[in-house]
Amino acid sequence: MSDPREIALVVNDVRHARVVESRVNLADFLRHELGLFGTHVGCEHGVCGACTVLVDGASVRSCLMLAVQAGGKNVETIEGVAAADGASHPVQAALAKHHGLQCGYCTPGVVMTLIELGRENIGKPLGEAEIRHALSGNLCRCTGYQGIVDAGLDVFGAPADKGSET
Amino acid sequence: MAGGTAGTLIGARTPRVEDARLLRGGGRFLDDIVVPGALEAVFFRSPVAHGLIRKIDVAAARALPDVRAVLTYDDLRPLLTSDRISLALPAAGIRFNVDPFVLARKEVCYAGEPIALIVATSRRVAEDAAGLIEIDIEPLPAVGDPVAGLDPGSPKARLDCPDNFVAKTGVDYGDIDHAFAAAAHVLRERFRLGKGGGFSIEPRGVVARYDPLEDRLTVWDSTQMPHRARAVLATCLGLSEQQTRVVAPDVGGGFGPKAVFHPEELAIPAAAMLLKQPVKWVEDRFESFTATVAERDQDWDMEAAFDAEGRLLGIRGRLCYDHGASTPYGIALPFNASTNMIGPYILPAFRVSIELCLTNKTPAAPTRGAGRPQGAYVMERLLDAMARKLGVPRDEIRRRNLIPADRMPYPIPVKQRDGSLMTYDSGDYPECQRRALAAAGWRDFPARQAAALREGRHIGLGLCNYVEGTGRGPFESASVRVNPSGQIVVTTGATAQGQGVHTMLAQIVGGELGVAPETILVQSGDTQTSPLGLGAFASRQAVTAGNAAKAAAVLVARKAKAAAAHLLEASPDDLELVDGAVRVRGVPGHRKTLTEIARSLAGAAGFSLPGGMAPGLAAASDFLTAGLTYTNGTHLAEVEVDHETGAVKILRYVVVHDCGTMINPMMVEGQIAGGVVHGIGMTLFEWMRYDEMAQPLTATFVDYLLPTSDVAPRIEIHHMESPTPLNPLGVKGAAESGVIGAPATIVSAIEDALAPFNVVIRDLPLTPAKLRALVRAGTKR
Repeated sequence: MSDPREIALVVNDVRHARVVESRVNLADFLRHELGLFGTHVGCEHGVCGACTVLVDGASVRSCLMLAVQAGGKNVETIEGVAAADGASHPVQAALAKHHGLQCGYCTPGVVMTLIELGRENIGKPLGEAEIRHALSGNLCRCTGYQGIVDAGLDVFGAPADKGSET
Repeated sequence: MAGGTAGTLIGARTPRVEDARLLRGGGRFLDDIVVPGALEAVFFRSPVAHGLIRKIDVAAARALPDVRAVLTYDDLRPLLTSDRISLALPAAGIRFNVDPFVLARKEVCYAGEPIALIVATSRRVAEDAAGLIEIDIEPLPAVGDPVAGLDPGSPKARLDCPDNFVAKTGVDYGDIDHAFAAAAHVLRERFRLGKGGGFSIEPRGVVARYDPLEDRLTVWDSTQMPHRARAVLATCLGLSEQQTRVVAPDVGGGFGPKAVFHPEELAIPAAAMLLKQPVKWVEDRFESFTATVAERDQDWDMEAAFDAEGRLLGIRGRLCYDHGASTPYGIALPFNASTNMIGPYILPAFRVSIELCLTNKTPAAPTRGAGRPQGAYVMERLLDAMARKLGVPRDEIRRRNLIPADRMPYPIPVKQRDGSLMTYDSGDYPECQRRALAAAGWRDFPARQAAALREGRHIGLGLCNYVEGTGRGPFESASVRVNPSGQIVVTTGATAQGQGVHTMLAQIVGGELGVAPETILVQSGDTQTSPLGLGAFASRQAVTAGNAAKAAAVLVARKAKAAAAHLLEASPDDLELVDGAVRVRGVPGHRKTLTEIARSLAGAAGFSLPGGMAPGLAAASDFLTAGLTYTNGTHLAEVEVDHETGAVKILRYVVVHDCGTMINPMMVEGQIAGGVVHGIGMTLFEWMRYDEMAQPLTATFVDYLLPTSDVAPRIEIHHMESPTPLNPLGVKGAAESGVIGAPATIVSAIEDALAPFNVVIRDLPLTPAKLRALVRAGTKR
């Protein structure tokens, strides 16, 4: 059942080589093998989005991908989002500004989803409906999404939508 | 944020001190706690809702390599002081002791009840072993419906009880018979109200480590009430409080269920003591559907008596509540539901009998709102029915019944849990409704509705008024200490699950001491740093811990000034506390920082303290409540309903909210918005379903739908601030009121939209299929 495999992958610009059981999912691998506890597990069936990470730039439910499937790939997690000098990513800063987090458990997945959304729409201002649609795969039980959506509008919205207050 | 003169931070939209860490993946939640040498545990649970365990064979599971133990009730019982986990809050109405066992002993009473505990070197191995356990269970008839379960001929949900009628309570005041005899009109309605679980995105979890060297048990627990967990653990394991430390680390949402002590919270520490090795268990999502407490159905059969103008004379009826297989949080929830039904209205007479039925479902306990959304819903549905009957507009029928502001404080002859009379302390309910109607465009709505109808669109506007009793006592603790290093530390028995408790306390203390909140360290959720505390429930912590922290900070500020008076050789009356330093008014350079004062008060061997004062720049305070503080609000929702598909779209959502003085309006708004969306889920999406054998049919987020960002509307929030006279800060709680108003508001709006189809809505949740059936039934009428 253990069926160990050797994998090598890059996580947040650092190369890791490990031997893992083939049944270990990427979320557990990141958390318990690499100690990157920022990626959270909320449902283990691919609905809640708390475990969202970027694999080769695309958002992935890390509870639904096996660690061995990430072999040879480039993985980005919440721990790699802030700049090397410690400065917050604009998405992180906007979430704090707009009270887009409360307990913080879903937050890493939200951040990764918003970062992907921004990269896919460089130079194209996004409206509230587009942001709500993009976030619809991230469950949040605390905020009612309002602060998260406002943060998204602040970073990616048309100038008129920026900085809207609740 | 800069510091400033003491007391200036109340009402500021202070950025949260919690955020920087959480935004960078720096949170430390339960599953992030790594204890060296820890084993991992998995529970083997009952596959059936009701049955008797004939035989359980764990030999194959035990034989699996890397499995350390497979434990059943008989293995853990020798460590425990009693057969059952003593849990129930004291309540006169409870008829039988249905406290749970640490693991099922012989009878299983719900699908998901823990039977065995597998401990292995990894969770994966433990799960493999769970699959090797062989069990033979004699099936017993299951009780699924609470109303049928009270019939004398019903099967029993538990063989250890004489019947299913686990508790009877009620509310009774005024001359109800006279009210009905004198009424111009009487109407009767029946409601079946489902409400689901809390479903924090972080599931539950426990890590336990027993240290034989110090004879000491440390338990990290994703709980809202670590002090209660410590009390239960110490009692059940025969330990002293000093030997038992419970720590709630970062908790990824609470919403009620984490206030309840579950059997796993005892089984894991007991296993750690037995195996002399740390043990970790983290709930998976399937378990959070089957093993974590949730709310269950309420069946309300109610009659309203009113005069010719639509003024309420009395309400009477019966509330039957499905309590699941036990009563781990007492019977507070249905009592809350009935007393909160009264809401902001004048109700001269009220009699409701509350009947609690055991069923073969996971035990019931409060989730966010704790019965209040259902109570408000029943009252508001009755008011809408009265309005229909009399041909009076819905806002007008409410206006005729709202308690006027000049009657505050307004007592109601209902005794609370603490024996005091239920008394609304402050607020202006008619003005709150007026502002909400204006904000939502109530007056112009009929024209907009008619215009939409001409385009074939069915839109409707609904409203709800409600109150919420907040700040439940008896007390909460806080201390404030300025260490000689200058670090300011606040400790509290309050606990944090995302509400912003640390920011709230740092803001209050920072304001009193003239320092920036982000420089203050708040420690919560640890029974070692705060020996006394209660924790998070009943929207209470701003009221209780907030005022405790304020009182402690005031004492610290006073002591700092007294000490500085000696150090500066000035009169205390000439001193002011600004930017973290005490200075002589008008002579900014003549000052002593809090750090310098704390160092002076720390003492040096053999030297005297300034002015012979007691050592240390610190103070502790417990805030004792003087009664509940009543938050109130009015919600309005505008919806569009597709009468063919039953789809409901919320176009606008307006809240006018009054929780007294706001400490941080940004965080109040976050609580309201989150609560409203929880209420939207309860109304339209979240439905725990069971088959006729009480087998759960919804055990994933695919079957049970939480509201998502694309169905949640923007919540427009307006504030009123009627400070309560019951505490120095003037604050009332805010964390649950969003949920309370949402169901009644949305349903009123849907009825309004579907008025052409004669749709009358009674039951919750209202799924598209149910709504289509109501449209079909209404069209036939």
